[in-house]
Amino acid sequence: MIVNFIEYLKARSRMVGLFCCVGIAAIAIWSLTVDMEEAHTWVERHVPVFWGLFGFLACALIIFFARWYGKAGIKIREDYYDK
Amino acid sequence: MTSSFIHPSLIMIAGACFLPLFKEPFRKIYLVLVPLLAFLDVLYLSAHPGTYGLIHFMQWTLTFGRVDSLSMIFGFIMALMAIIGTIYGLHVKDNWQHIAAWFYVAGSLGVIYCADYLVLFLFWEMMAFASTFLIWFNKDAGSLAAGYRYLLVHTFGGVLLLLGFVLRYQATGDLSFIQLDVHNPQLYTWLIMAGLMLNAAVPPLHSWLPDAYSKATVTGAVFMCAFTTKTAIYTLIRSCAGFEILIVLGVIMAVYGIVYAAMENDVRRLLGWEIISQVGYMVAGVGIGSALAINGACAHAFAHILYKGLLFMGAGSIIKMTGRCKFTELGALYRKMPNTLLFTLIGGMSVSAFPFLSGFVSKSMIIAASFESHILWAGFLLSLVSAGTFLVAGLRLPYLLFFGENRGPAESYDRASDPPWNMQTAMLIAAFFCILIGTYLPFLYTMLPYREVVFNPYTAEHMSETLQILAFTGLGFFLFRKWTAAEATISLDLDWFYRKGGQAFLWLATRPLQWMDTAWGTAYRVVGLSTLTTTAAFSSWFDWNGIDGVVDGTARCVRAIGRRVALTLQRGQIQQTIYYTVSLAAIVLFAFVCL
Repeated sequence: MIVNFIEYLKARSRMVGLFCCVGIAAIAIWSLTVDMEEAHTWVERHVPVFWGLFGFLACALIIFFARWYGKAGIKIREDYYDK
Repeated sequence: MTSSFIHPSLIMIAGACFLPLFKEPFRKIYLVLVPLLAFLDVLYLSAHPGTYGLIHFMQWTLTFGRVDSLSMIFGFIMALMAIIGTIYGLHVKDNWQHIAAWFYVAGSLGVIYCADYLVLFLFWEMMAFASTFLIWFNKDAGSLAAGYRYLLVHTFGGVLLLLGFVLRYQATGDLSFIQLDVHNPQLYTWLIMAGLMLNAAVPPLHSWLPDAYSKATVTGAVFMCAFTTKTAIYTLIRSCAGFEILIVLGVIMAVYGIVYAAMENDVRRLLGWEIISQVGYMVAGVGIGSALAINGACAHAFAHILYKGLLFMGAGSIIKMTGRCKFTELGALYRKMPNTLLFTLIGGMSVSAFPFLSGFVSKSMIIAASFESHILWAGFLLSLVSAGTFLVAGLRLPYLLFFGENRGPAESYDRASDPPWNMQTAMLIAAFFCILIGTYLPFLYTMLPYREVVFNPYTAEHMSETLQILAFTGLGFFLFRKWTAAEATISLDLDWFYRKGGQAFLWLATRPLQWMDTAWGTAYRVVGLSTLTTTAAFSSWFDWNGIDGVVDGTARCVRAIGRRVALTLQRGQIQQTIYYTVSLAAIVLFAFVCL
């Protein structure tokens, strides 16, 4: 059943992509309606979709920092300690 | 010992000792019954808080059973995980693996219920040694060495802890395992904290974790991911709450762990790094020290044991069924292991703090506590790690394992299928609790130590915040996913110092020190030994011909003179003897009269 469901979604990848975009947009629009007066910081209260932007930038930061850090010499061949 | 008190550790230890007596089909029943009995014992104790198991030993009173709100929640989750882990390993024929795992659980429960450092140390070391065997029982290359590294690092941590509480006893005369003085820390305070932090994998004492957990047996890793770090979190809550250094260290480990997890190619090493990151939340919560933060640390430890156990069970299932553990050798497994995919997704979504799953109701408590304590930098960095957690465990992990193309050998892929029934049952139980915790708040929240603190994660504000982070992190992953691809590499970490240090020491021992030893041996043989032989020969000659000659010669001379005197004076003629005697007497008399 799970396999069939995934195959079904894979066969309709454009529809799934559109559905995800609609979902993201819906979350962003809904966030504008939420009362943020009780929020802890100024940016949460005054920057629209703050946590969305924060999440996107955090994701990009971690991906590219990890990539840079690995290329800087941290990632090394698998048999490094064996030889 | 109080007659109504039976220590849950005792049940696990006795169960382990009697396990070899049971044969199939009773063995499997026995394997389930023993941890179940320990769990029931924990439930009984939770209904009867108090202090039990007092034993007088020399001048000390050892306390084995401190049952309070803090030990209750940790005892509950450890005993529950013992049942789940044992069910997961039911198919394992090797009794020694079960025995090691149960001794490990016993050590953890012993630490949780103890109230003094002597008992703590006893069970602390039991945990370290028993868990080492869970690594050594794996026959894969590198497990033996990883086990030795794990044992050495934990022995070092144990020595730090021992030194700390002995110094504390010398200074205060107190062995009780209670909150340390935050305002007046001493050397022993830092030593005790360092000893406990090593087991919590706080940087720079963390590298043992991904190293050991990736080399343990499939079942052993499931136990290890639950017990060592979370028992350490319990001890930190008990003794080090409010130490602000822990906030800094906790946030560092949360960020550090997630960066390394994003680079990792080995599935269990990735999960190991993820543990470091998640335990970072708990350490930060302990450092904040407010009632909400301590509740958050306890709740997150509780939830973490279940969803991380679920993820390790999923990873273990893949390793068992394919024989592969690297992302560069896996992929497209959804067709072969759909149930494992479902359980792994539930674990991944739980750790990512999806609403209605366990991580959502626990992790947010610590982040909220950091904001409420006006430690904004910690709150934002922990939120950043929250996005990273979804990226790594909720997206990258299932994507590389179950989707895309198979990147490994065809025979590994062909033989893949969902694991045996017992492994799936264990995953089902863990997944059930992940959902239960996220949907029925009183189940977890009524067990928390500060029950008067009210926290509601299902507010519109919190839901909106979480959904935004998840949705836009997902978007980021979709756009940048080609930069998250796995590469057949390892990542250097601080274990480089002791691994390379060990190799350097070995080189030093086998090259320069061995050369010096050989040169010294040769010099001794050529110069020292011959000189000694010559000196010994001369001494022997001198003794024989010099000293013995003088002594023997004197004796021979005395004997010769005596013989000559006897021959001259005692010839056997009486008249001649009388003549000599009278003459001598006359001479003496004459000399006496004249002189």
